[in-house]
Amino acid sequence: MTGLYFHIPFCARKCPYCDFYSVSYSRETAEAYVGAILRNIRAYAVSDTVDSVYFGGGTPSLLSAAHIGKIIELCAARYHFSEDAEITLEYNPTGNRADYLRELRAAGVNRLSVGTQSFSDEELRMLGRTHSAAQGMAAVRAAADAGFSNISCDLMLALPGQTKEILRGSIRCLSELPVTHVSAYLLQIEEGTPFSQNAALLSRLPDDDGAAELYLHAVSALDAAGFRQYEVSSFARSGMRSRHNLKYWQCEPYLGIGAGAHSCFDGRRFCVPRDIAAFIEAPVQPEKLIDAQPCMQEERMMLALRTTDGIPENALSASARKQLPMLCKAGYVRQGSGRIFLTPEGFAVSNAVIAALIS
Amino acid sequence: MNAELIRNFCIIAHIDHGKSTLADRILEKTRTVAERDMEQQILDNMDLERERGITIKARAVRLNYTANDGQTYTFNLIDTPGHVDFNYEVSRSLAACEGALLIVDASQGIEAQTLANTYLAIEHDLEVVPVVNKIDLPSADPEKVCKEVEDVIGIPAMDAPRISAKLGTNVEEVLERIVTDIPAPKADPDAPLKALIFDSYYDSYKGVIIYVRVKEGRVRVGDTIRLMATGSEFTVVETGYMTTDRLVNVGELAAGEVGYIAASIKSIGDTQVGDTVTLADNPCAEALPGYRKVNPMVFSGIYPADGAKYGDLRDALEKLQLNDAALSFEPETSVALGFGFRCGFLGLLHMEIIQERLEREYNLDLITTAPSVIYKVTLTDGSVQYIDNPTNYPDPSLIASAEEPMVKADILVPQEFVGNVMDLCQDRRGTFKDMQFLDETRVTLKYELPLNEIVYDFFDALKSRTRGYASFDYELMGYAPSKLVKLDILLNGEIVDALSFIIHADKAYGRARRIAEKLKENIPRQLFEVPIQAAIGGKIIARETVKAMRKDVLAKCYGGDITRKKKLLEKQKEGKKRMRQLGTVEVPQEAFMSVLKLDE
Repeated sequence: MTGLYFHIPFCARKCPYCDFYSVSYSRETAEAYVGAILRNIRAYAVSDTVDSVYFGGGTPSLLSAAHIGKIIELCAARYHFSEDAEITLEYNPTGNRADYLRELRAAGVNRLSVGTQSFSDEELRMLGRTHSAAQGMAAVRAAADAGFSNISCDLMLALPGQTKEILRGSIRCLSELPVTHVSAYLLQIEEGTPFSQNAALLSRLPDDDGAAELYLHAVSALDAAGFRQYEVSSFARSGMRSRHNLKYWQCEPYLGIGAGAHSCFDGRRFCVPRDIAAFIEAPVQPEKLIDAQPCMQEERMMLALRTTDGIPENALSASARKQLPMLCKAGYVRQGSGRIFLTPEGFAVSNAVIAALIS
Repeated sequence: MNAELIRNFCIIAHIDHGKSTLADRILEKTRTVAERDMEQQILDNMDLERERGITIKARAVRLNYTANDGQTYTFNLIDTPGHVDFNYEVSRSLAACEGALLIVDASQGIEAQTLANTYLAIEHDLEVVPVVNKIDLPSADPEKVCKEVEDVIGIPAMDAPRISAKLGTNVEEVLERIVTDIPAPKADPDAPLKALIFDSYYDSYKGVIIYVRVKEGRVRVGDTIRLMATGSEFTVVETGYMTTDRLVNVGELAAGEVGYIAASIKSIGDTQVGDTVTLADNPCAEALPGYRKVNPMVFSGIYPADGAKYGDLRDALEKLQLNDAALSFEPETSVALGFGFRCGFLGLLHMEIIQERLEREYNLDLITTAPSVIYKVTLTDGSVQYIDNPTNYPDPSLIASAEEPMVKADILVPQEFVGNVMDLCQDRRGTFKDMQFLDETRVTLKYELPLNEIVYDFFDALKSRTRGYASFDYELMGYAPSKLVKLDILLNGEIVDALSFIIHADKAYGRARRIAEKLKENIPRQLFEVPIQAAIGGKIIARETVKAMRKDVLAKCYGGDITRKKKLLEKQKEGKKRMRQLGTVEVPQEAFMSVLKLDE
């Protein structure tokens, strides 16, 4: 089964911690951009069944519901959709947009990923977000009212000045809301972002030990609230794992369309250059080849070890197997029914653990 | 050639006093090098020499000068190494000359190497011609410096040429002094051949080229020569003189001349500096005096950072040895570092130069172990062992007594830093011998110091305590009894052989603590806690712990972009190559190197 990813690189304003590709929104550009997406949908042949569609950004919720609807419609016409296809859109919780949410739902979007990030007003201000904690909660409730039964929220960990209490507060909000899925990720200071130049802010960042504490605290608090970890940064209520995200970790194919979009499709990994004008102009989006032979053993292991399902023990090399007892003893890895998988402590140091297991 | 018209001379100076710049000017004024070809410091043709402003190997060039008396003279300028490590090479270069230009910086005055080299020149009966350089500097005080030369060295200097080699000022006066003050060689061209080897290098086409000063007799192409120390014989293929950029084969060299001999010699080991060349069928009665084999004083293990480069390292060492008979090496194995070489050097600078040349010219990434000197250990059964590798240090229960090499050190320093230097020497177990004022502001301190205290980081420490003003020279003076111990470093309970070293018992504790701290700084946190211990015998005397890492994760994965994760994995693999796996501990090469520079 194949996934479709549409990259919508528009933002009303750039968040000071984000280094992802986006440009400011204008109606004309958005119109042209959607036109180019539709052109590309026609250009690519997807013979496999499509069981997930993902609108990521940027801020996909800057596009009109009509635009989103056109894209979904064309996909459904050109490709073979599974009955229960998961159709996700990343939604920015700024403003009261009940009508828009209803239109999205009507257009076929059935999963919403809400960019809540935190439920502390102080943290939201620091992050340069344009919504408050109350607006974040209202947005989630509005989505549920609009008919969304599968709602994911973002939660940022290890923010400057973040304490376990603040974090617990945010998680309590999540548990009280009609939320089915949480993406909880550690803040990473990216070079060149305003955050990376803000000395006052950087000085309040937790150190590695503190960040690990917060991460592990989030894992257990989310678990207690019914969100089971299934990947380094992903947590879901029973049966609500993100089908689309799992494709990344399970080396399943996904076709990415849009400036800056990544694909693992047709036996190769490629990306589209981060150039919105070039994307709009080209009859078919330019592909930059990343890997002509993706999903080889090592890559599969690297990706699968990010999930709680892990890998079969017999996939390990002899030298990696020698490391296993120590990794288990230290509590980074667990063994069960012929598989090995990382624990939350292991996820916190997963770069090193995975490197050891792939050696 | 009329020996009366030959002048053989060298230039001696403290580092940075302008020796190479004056050599450049002399070459220029005698039109040996066209001005447009003039590259600064033409005699120093290794990159490293230019950068460090030092001369590593001696060079010699022939030049012609038409003097004020109307005669055209042949000058042989022999460039000498300026550094204490190459003292023996300096002495052989001096033995090839009748005179020496003594360059003294007009603002700095006499320094440690000025003294050391001048005494060496006087020992060789050279006519020393003082020259005061850098008179263009605002701080120059030529009168004071001339007086200092007279007072401290005891040679007339008030009429010394005052020059600026940089600007070319008064360089002609120096050229005239070479003619008038330096004697022509006393030479008998009809005696049996007696020529001194003062340098050699390996040429891949001609084999070893030896630089000689013919003292008596003559040598011609086709002659069979004998090198007296080794007894080996060769047939002369070429002989002649050197210009700045080539060898000029004239077929014959006669008494008084300086030049080269090429005789299809394969190994530089055959051509020991200081040896005497004679003719096989008409040998001289006895060799020139003063020959000695140079022995390494400082030893260190050199390992490729990437074990697969062992063969490359061996090839590189072999190539370097072609031009550097003083470099010795033999294979050794370390549990921690794998296959490498135990290398012997004349001194610290020599060691640094070899390491740098291996890295730069041969593009090798190296791990070196702490430098060691040769310890003399008498065992309880009466036998004596010389130990240059801490790994081989005998069990303490077998040792009756231990001795370590000592040096006599001369340190010249402005008076205001005397206290600092004395503290440093005290700290390095030095014994104060003497202190003299050179003038109102500068002092020479004489100390006896254990060699193992200066092979570490003494130069750096001396520089930092005197704001770079101190100068330093030393000579070996033999062995003295010492309370030595072997200090071991353990990571995760295992001894790391490459980090062991021999040290005086009183200093073991402090050094152990600093090494443990340094290792803690330089060993990255890993998945498991790493205990670091320092021990003498079984007794732990210092410990530190590298805590286990807590966070090392890439959380984000936007839109299926896994490139960052893949790159990280590749980087980790690449990084692992630069790490040494010791049991479960990964040690970066920087950690091995960090313990070599402990000066706080």
